[in-house]
Amino acid sequence: MLSKRNLMKTILAGAVFAAAAAAATSFAQDAGKVLRLVPQSDLKILDPIWTTAFITRNHGYMVYDTLFGVDEQAKVHPQMVDKYTTSPDGKTWSFTLRKGLAFHDGKPVTSEDVIASLKRWGQRDGLGQKMFTALDKAEPIDANSFRLVFKEPFGMVLEALSKPSSNPPFIMPARVAATPADKQIDDATGSGPYIFKKDEYRPGEKIVYLKNTQYVPRTEAPSGTAGGKNVYVDRMEWIILKDAQTQANALANGEVDMIEWLPPEQYTALKNNPAITVDNPIPKGSFALHLNHVIPPFDNPKIAQAAIMAINQEALMRAQMVHKELYNSCASVYPCGTAFATDKTGYFTGKPQFEKAKALLKEAGYDGKPVVLMYPADFALLNKFPPVMAQLLKQAGFNVDMQSMDWPTLVTRRAKKDPVDKGGWNLFITGWGIADNMNPMFYAPLTGNGEKGWFGWATDDRLEQLKSEFLASAEEPRRKELATSIQQRVYDTGIYAPIGEYKPLTAYRKGVVSGVVRSPVGVFWNLKKN
Amino acid sequence: MLLFLARRILSTVPVLVIVALIVFLMLRLAPGDPAAAIVGDSGTSENIARVREQLGLDQSLPVQFFRWSLQLLQGNLGESYFMKKTVVELIGQRIEATVSLAAVTLVVTILVAVPLGVIAAWRHGGWLDRMLMGFSVMGFSIPAFVIGYVLIWIFALHLQWLPVQGYQRLSQGPLLWIKHLILPSITLSVIYVALIARVTRAAVAEAMTEDYIRTARAKGISEKRVLMRHALANAAIPIVTVIGIGIALLIGGVVVTETVFAIPGLGQLTVDAVLSRDFPLIQGITLFFSVIYVLVNLLIDLSYLVFDPRIRY
Repeated sequence: MLSKRNLMKTILAGAVFAAAAAAATSFAQDAGKVLRLVPQSDLKILDPIWTTAFITRNHGYMVYDTLFGVDEQAKVHPQMVDKYTTSPDGKTWSFTLRKGLAFHDGKPVTSEDVIASLKRWGQRDGLGQKMFTALDKAEPIDANSFRLVFKEPFGMVLEALSKPSSNPPFIMPARVAATPADKQIDDATGSGPYIFKKDEYRPGEKIVYLKNTQYVPRTEAPSGTAGGKNVYVDRMEWIILKDAQTQANALANGEVDMIEWLPPEQYTALKNNPAITVDNPIPKGSFALHLNHVIPPFDNPKIAQAAIMAINQEALMRAQMVHKELYNSCASVYPCGTAFATDKTGYFTGKPQFEKAKALLKEAGYDGKPVVLMYPADFALLNKFPPVMAQLLKQAGFNVDMQSMDWPTLVTRRAKKDPVDKGGWNLFITGWGIADNMNPMFYAPLTGNGEKGWFGWATDDRLEQLKSEFLASAEEPRRKELATSIQQRVYDTGIYAPIGEYKPLTAYRKGVVSGVVRSPVGVFWNLKKN
Repeated sequence: MLLFLARRILSTVPVLVIVALIVFLMLRLAPGDPAAAIVGDSGTSENIARVREQLGLDQSLPVQFFRWSLQLLQGNLGESYFMKKTVVELIGQRIEATVSLAAVTLVVTILVAVPLGVIAAWRHGGWLDRMLMGFSVMGFSIPAFVIGYVLIWIFALHLQWLPVQGYQRLSQGPLLWIKHLILPSITLSVIYVALIARVTRAAVAEAMTEDYIRTARAKGISEKRVLMRHALANAAIPIVTVIGIGIALLIGGVVVTETVFAIPGLGQLTVDAVLSRDFPLIQGITLFFSVIYVLVNLLIDLSYLVFDPRIRY
């Protein structure tokens, strides 16, 4: 017969064995100069012109370099370029590369590589396409210098070459840039501060970069994507952790050193943890309400304006971001505090104007048919907005049909131009980084070119005309004036409207990680690990 | 026996064809477009259309299915739309973590559940039985993610004995490997312990009422031997069947556990593939799981030969 004593012995032995296995070794602490970072999402696409996903852009900044960079104030500075000149008529730009630039395979960066890279980028990026349309020729002068000759003066050469986001013109070897623009590259050789470790690339698990010991950084202090890209760690590992709680736990436990984009729900817990610093090196991002202009009722600008009048930025942002210190209202289509931001926002104040909206709806003859607001219930970064927006629209006199779906369904459905009863849509909300909307030429939704434009497909010739003038202009006061006019057209036509700005948060181990660079986009050089 | 094996293996072919067809159709008919996900937030309708064309998604469903079936016949599961790696390579990268998690969970489950069930049957109706069955109800009732987070809080954050997340390969050291699997496998095993303990208890309790048990006791055999050699051995078939079903259920269970503990296994790969509408990857993983399911069932059937010599195939 089994005695109780023997039974207890067996159970205790099992427990002791389990505890011994657990406690036998203290778990691995960070060895040497390995910095472990949790990126904002998984890196699945390596080609920096193939997608506008921020994570691919960030990967690009790790392995590639750019001709110019922007500092934290979005001011353009040379990066790979040593010096440049412009002809008096503004049509010819000549550039000389700085010495010591080399790709990870050891070969020097030449003007041929630069031109091939720009050409490939110019086939996919919106601003790149505009630049190449205006370009007469791009030609090497010698191995180290090249020139761009335009048919007409093009006012945004430096802005295009320093474009910080979606999509930056990264420089790659000519042999890689020869890959057709509609085919993904499979070689991540660049000349940037880190080397991509292809044999350790495990999407969904870990992405590894090594310090590029041959990289010659600029001597200026790092700021934004400009300045010295010094690397102080031997190896950087991007650890893919999707669950917000797991991210926070791993940071608190010292298993990772840094979280690039801290979810707001973990803000309080980590802010109160004395071992963690919560920072916001990327100053801000914004959210916007986008309207579909090719189907009723928002094909009528007055009804579109009525929807924009329903926006209550404070209520929307409070619901999504929870903590007052993590958001602010801003009625400008450009990030408040940046060069083109202006308070000339016409009727749009960011505060609800229900009575005015109702009057507009009556005047425009709104027939009361439900407007479909897409609700990405699975997307924590956005999913508090739609229920509040639906209520605001109802208060403004709209009949609202808020349809729940997952984010992948939303991004598919928003490409449909069909009526709502055939799978179309009327409204959705999404977010943008400061690098995307600080310049009217960078901002994808800011288009009036109808069905060729971004989802919503507003048609406004005047807006396109203003943008063309902006492209041609190189004078700051004139640009500012044009940017203001562009903003006014956005509101007059009811293309879209901002619903507030948020602080993207980064968290890292206090006393362990330092040197975080202030930047409009996430960059990971200059980081030190103690 | 060989004929049985051949028949069983052949019978899996129509099962796999049906699974392949259903998965293919469900993916194509469900909302969501991989091209839109690839292009990203700033992409236009034109960009999406171009990517759709490149991926062959602009072709009719029969053409797409025919092309995929041809690939399958050549042993090619295709290439992930997003990661530009073959499905086989991606499964190969992730399988170790999932198999490790499932194996350790299974060992923990059997080592805990079977003794618990036997003890409960031995003390049928007593306080130990009631306590164990109460634990079993709790095991069924508490979601895995709750158990996971509680264990993380106690053993990782508070006591700092074990890591919060991640997986270390066996090649990096068995101690490191097991340390990363302790919490996930306990989390995942709770529900299976509850299930298998209940089945073991019922099967052993029933066996204990049989005549041969009375005979064994009359012969003066020790209670321990009666329990283990006579009762448990005769109760093995339902227990093995439930363990087998448990292995199949583990496939679903690993998804949540791998997410909570950030284990880069097939569960996470499946979630990623579904969220990004990576059709070749979803199809490949589903087929792979189907093959595993069929194989596990076959092994269970074969194991009956060991536990009951009267069975012949």
